[in-house]
Amino acid sequence: MKLLDVSGLPSYRNGHHSLMWWGTMGLIAIEGTVFALAIASYFFLRSQSNDWPMGAAPPDLFWGTLNLAILLASIWPNHWTKKAGEDGDERRIRIGLVVCILFGLALLGIRVYEFAALNVAWHDNAYGSIVWVLLGLHTVHLLTDVYDTIVLAAVFFFAKPIEGKRHVDVAENGLYWYFVVYAWIPVYAVVYLVPRLPS
Amino acid sequence: MNPVLEKTWSDPPGFLGWFAAVNHKTIAKRYIVTAFGFFVAAGLLAALMRLQLARADNDLVSNDLYNQLFTVHGTAMMFLFAVPVMEAMGVYLVPLMVGARSIAFPRMNAFSYYVYLFGGLMLFGGMLLGIGADTGWFSYPPLAGPEHSPGKRVDFWAQMITFTELAGLLVAIEIIATVFKLRAPGMTLGRMPLFVWAMLVTSFMILFAMPAVMLASSMLVMDRLVGTHFFNPAEGGDPVLWQHLFWYFAHPEVYFIFIPALGFMSMIIATFARREVYGYPAMVLSLILTGFLGFGLWVHHMFAAHLPELGKSFFTAASMLIAVPTAIQVYCWIATLWTGRIVFTTSLLFTLAFFFILVIGGMTGLMVASVPLDLQLHDTYFVVAHLHYVLIGGAVFPLFGAWYYWFPKITGRMMGEKLGRWNFWLFFVGFNVAFWPMHHLGVQGMPRRVYTYPAEMGWEDLNRLSTLGALMIAASVLLFVINVVKSRKPAPANPWNAATLEWATASPPPAYNFDRIPIVRGRYPLWSSDPVPQPEPTHVTGLAEMTREALATSVVDAIPDHRPAFPNPSPWPFLGAVAVTALFIGTIFTPWAALWGMVPVAVAITMWFWPSRKETLEHLAVEKRPSERLDA
Amino acid sequence: MPLQHILSAAGPQAERIVALWWLTVGICGAVTLAVLVAFVLALLRGRAGTAVGKVPHVPVGVAVAVSTLGLLVLIAASVATDRALAKLPTEGALEVEVIGHKWWWEVRYKDLDPQREFTTANELHIPVGRPVRLFLRSDDVIHSFWVPNLGGKKDLIPGREAELLLRADRAGTYRGQCAEFCGAQHAKMAFFVFAEPPEKFATWMQAQRKPAAEPAGELERKGRDLFVRGTCASCHAILGTPANGRKAPDLTHVGSRSRIAAGVLPNEPQALADWIRDPHKHKPGVNMPAHALPKEQLQALAAYLGSLR
Repeated sequence: MKLLDVSGLPSYRNGHHSLMWWGTMGLIAIEGTVFALAIASYFFLRSQSNDWPMGAAPPDLFWGTLNLAILLASIWPNHWTKKAGEDGDERRIRIGLVVCILFGLALLGIRVYEFAALNVAWHDNAYGSIVWVLLGLHTVHLLTDVYDTIVLAAVFFFAKPIEGKRHVDVAENGLYWYFVVYAWIPVYAVVYLVPRLPS
Repeated sequence: MNPVLEKTWSDPPGFLGWFAAVNHKTIAKRYIVTAFGFFVAAGLLAALMRLQLARADNDLVSNDLYNQLFTVHGTAMMFLFAVPVMEAMGVYLVPLMVGARSIAFPRMNAFSYYVYLFGGLMLFGGMLLGIGADTGWFSYPPLAGPEHSPGKRVDFWAQMITFTELAGLLVAIEIIATVFKLRAPGMTLGRMPLFVWAMLVTSFMILFAMPAVMLASSMLVMDRLVGTHFFNPAEGGDPVLWQHLFWYFAHPEVYFIFIPALGFMSMIIATFARREVYGYPAMVLSLILTGFLGFGLWVHHMFAAHLPELGKSFFTAASMLIAVPTAIQVYCWIATLWTGRIVFTTSLLFTLAFFFILVIGGMTGLMVASVPLDLQLHDTYFVVAHLHYVLIGGAVFPLFGAWYYWFPKITGRMMGEKLGRWNFWLFFVGFNVAFWPMHHLGVQGMPRRVYTYPAEMGWEDLNRLSTLGALMIAASVLLFVINVVKSRKPAPANPWNAATLEWATASPPPAYNFDRIPIVRGRYPLWSSDPVPQPEPTHVTGLAEMTREALATSVVDAIPDHRPAFPNPSPWPFLGAVAVTALFIGTIFTPWAALWGMVPVAVAITMWFWPSRKETLEHLAVEKRPSERLDA
Repeated sequence: MPLQHILSAAGPQAERIVALWWLTVGICGAVTLAVLVAFVLALLRGRAGTAVGKVPHVPVGVAVAVSTLGLLVLIAASVATDRALAKLPTEGALEVEVIGHKWWWEVRYKDLDPQREFTTANELHIPVGRPVRLFLRSDDVIHSFWVPNLGGKKDLIPGREAELLLRADRAGTYRGQCAEFCGAQHAKMAFFVFAEPPEKFATWMQAQRKPAAEPAGELERKGRDLFVRGTCASCHAILGTPANGRKAPDLTHVGSRSRIAAGVLPNEPQALADWIRDPHKHKPGVNMPAHALPKEQLQALAAYLGSLR
């Protein structure tokens, strides 16, 4: 029997070579579908109503726009950390993860003010319900990714020695963060700008 | 048998070990047995409904119980049996068919099973507590909303939906990753068994369809528990939004059930016709096309609601065109049988029933896809007949065929052929006796979901006939159980002389699946009689045996790529599922549970991912970093 | 003639659907037969195992072409029928509003002059040969209005109004029932359509516009007093008396109806008394409470209601 020896192959690889990349992409597909359908629901409800935003004042722009700016700014440390993961540089990974966590905590703190600036409660009417859900959905993503990043950072600080596949985890965590950032752009537009359009 | 590999890949022994199991075959067996249990339970509910309808003005069951019966029957059959059992068959078979050591993300797989199990227990538990859901498996608001369904019934139902769909989504991710990354070297996309293709298409459909119902059921729960107004017309909501979200999921759902069954068909027919399936590329394209068209049909459940004219024509056309890929598949199977040497096993008989039952179900599907006909037939017994012809003929018969076919592989024992024939014929005849009369009842104006009907309607005789058929089906399922229990004869590795990789290993397969991962040269590797050209290798070597190491290959051509380390068994997926269940049940009683319930969930998930030092050291001992890569 | 049958068409809408039905059954039946014949032949040949390895000469393209052609015919016929259904001439149509309730039907005959409008329940009288425009609404959950002998169904969705066009060309009584699951008593939410010659319909309409008749005898008078002073009047209305509840069926001419309780019981004094005493025996879960009244009071009520013709 002639055999193919694979013992020389590496134990992990980055990007679409890795199982983790496919797992993350699967989650992104699911979550992306949820966002798309929630936004579609928003427009469906809007199309059924001749008064949008149903008597409420449109949300105040300040906090949401600030969060948009911070999210866009977070692309830079995220990219840097993702690269550190791909290179397997554990010192940079630790620094990068901490910076990412700080960004995430800032975003979550501001998010509280965003809810207050919506100018409508979820139980006021269907408009209030859907904007709370859109903002809530995105908040859940922020929260889970920030928590995920904290656990990952804890692993790199406290669970030594570190396996190489954890570097891939860092890189894929960065991929997911891109999704959290890019998902915010349409959600921001729907929550903050659409109520300002003539209905 | 390789004892080192066996020790490495086995699940831990003992009672506590049971909760830590992560082997895909262990989890899949639990999945299949659980799904079969729900199938029997939901079937018994149906039998009770049939007994109630056997007589006009019957009072065997009350209206309240009857409404729970059909709600739980439909919900359980769709959410707890049909979709999970197909995914479970995929969890068992896909890694074996592609020549992998394991499924991708085995801990997530274990987690998904427990979530599914607890969700199912929630639905039936609710029924036993007298708070079974009673608003139909589609639970349209406002009937299912807070005003018209007070109490906890619908809350249990909606949380159960969110729950089991979570399990379904996770399995879909595992299957996609397994198919794309863990195939044996040489198994290019164009050489994958058709069942693997079917599971791949199904998994992609699940990713894009199931989120809709999770979103909808979450909105419903919020309407009920925290006072949102998504479906409340008095506050700007719209009940039709629910219908769009629900059917955007629930029509593709039929294809989550149907497409894997098409995969069974292709595997079983090839084996028992003793030849390759005719028209492999056409078969693959049909599966993919069915997957796409499946998303263009949801509105045909809403023709009697209010829709713009142009939209209706589009959905009629889409609903009818989906017949084309199925026609191609039927054509190819007939060509395969035509040119084969057929061996009539029980497995094949169950599979062949498709050609009678599903074809009729497809034709009645064309009828309900037509707007004018649907306006008459919608929500009548004609539709009950149609959907059972499609789902039982298109999925359950092939599934039983699949069970007879893979039972020797899974258990290492052969089922009885003679009893199998009784099982088949009783099922086949009973099915048609039960469901054919329903076409007539529908045309005679009998609506669905009625707990009784007056004698003057003249529906009694056909209903009684249908009940008789239902009892025959029940008897036939009992024969199946007896056949399983009675099976003793040991099964060889390849009892049917089949051609795909799962038959290349022992029955039942060892924990690690294959002594050596084979190298694949064709679509039917075990049938290839051509000698392998001399310098070409036939199997893989060089994977670590003391630790769980698998072989990842490239997506399209399955060229060896790296050697990922797989996680060891862990009880945390189980505990995580318990924590998630507590969170979901808690929210039914107080919305704050969403907050404090997060704590145990976070703890469990953290422990799940937290690296064990022992495991890390094992992995590090064999780890090669990408920069040190040598040419294999 | 069957009471509630899709193929027993009594008007143009249902007839068009019946025509499409037979065309579809024909095409689908032929295809099924062809598939089954090919299948059985394949089994016979395959069992003999004579042609191993040989691929049939018919290419896959033929399967696609034939199935697509059949489908195109069906799609065209379906769309054409759908168009025709929407084009029923509506000149001089009778306009009726139908409102779904758990679990009965409120029927309001519209008129330009509001004085001439009137309300009834669970029965729809229509003149033969004249189109009827139904405006469908729901008061609570989703219901679906369906009279198989006259045409397809239409959902009654809260917050929306739907329209349905019907015409009966044959006189007769047709049964309909709710076709969208609506809760506890979905099964017992039936109604009857009486398609009558125009003169007969006009007479009926005249009678329905009038307020309720004064009680003729002592028993009926007693029944009326019980009705008006008791709890009945808080839910039911009888035009011409102080009873003006709007939660339950208008009973102004209840005596002229053939059934009570949305098709559940015949409209007879004994059944009426029985129903008032314990509606949940016949229709568990209905909103009407039980009235444990003495027998003579039940008889008086039944007599009074029966006299409201």
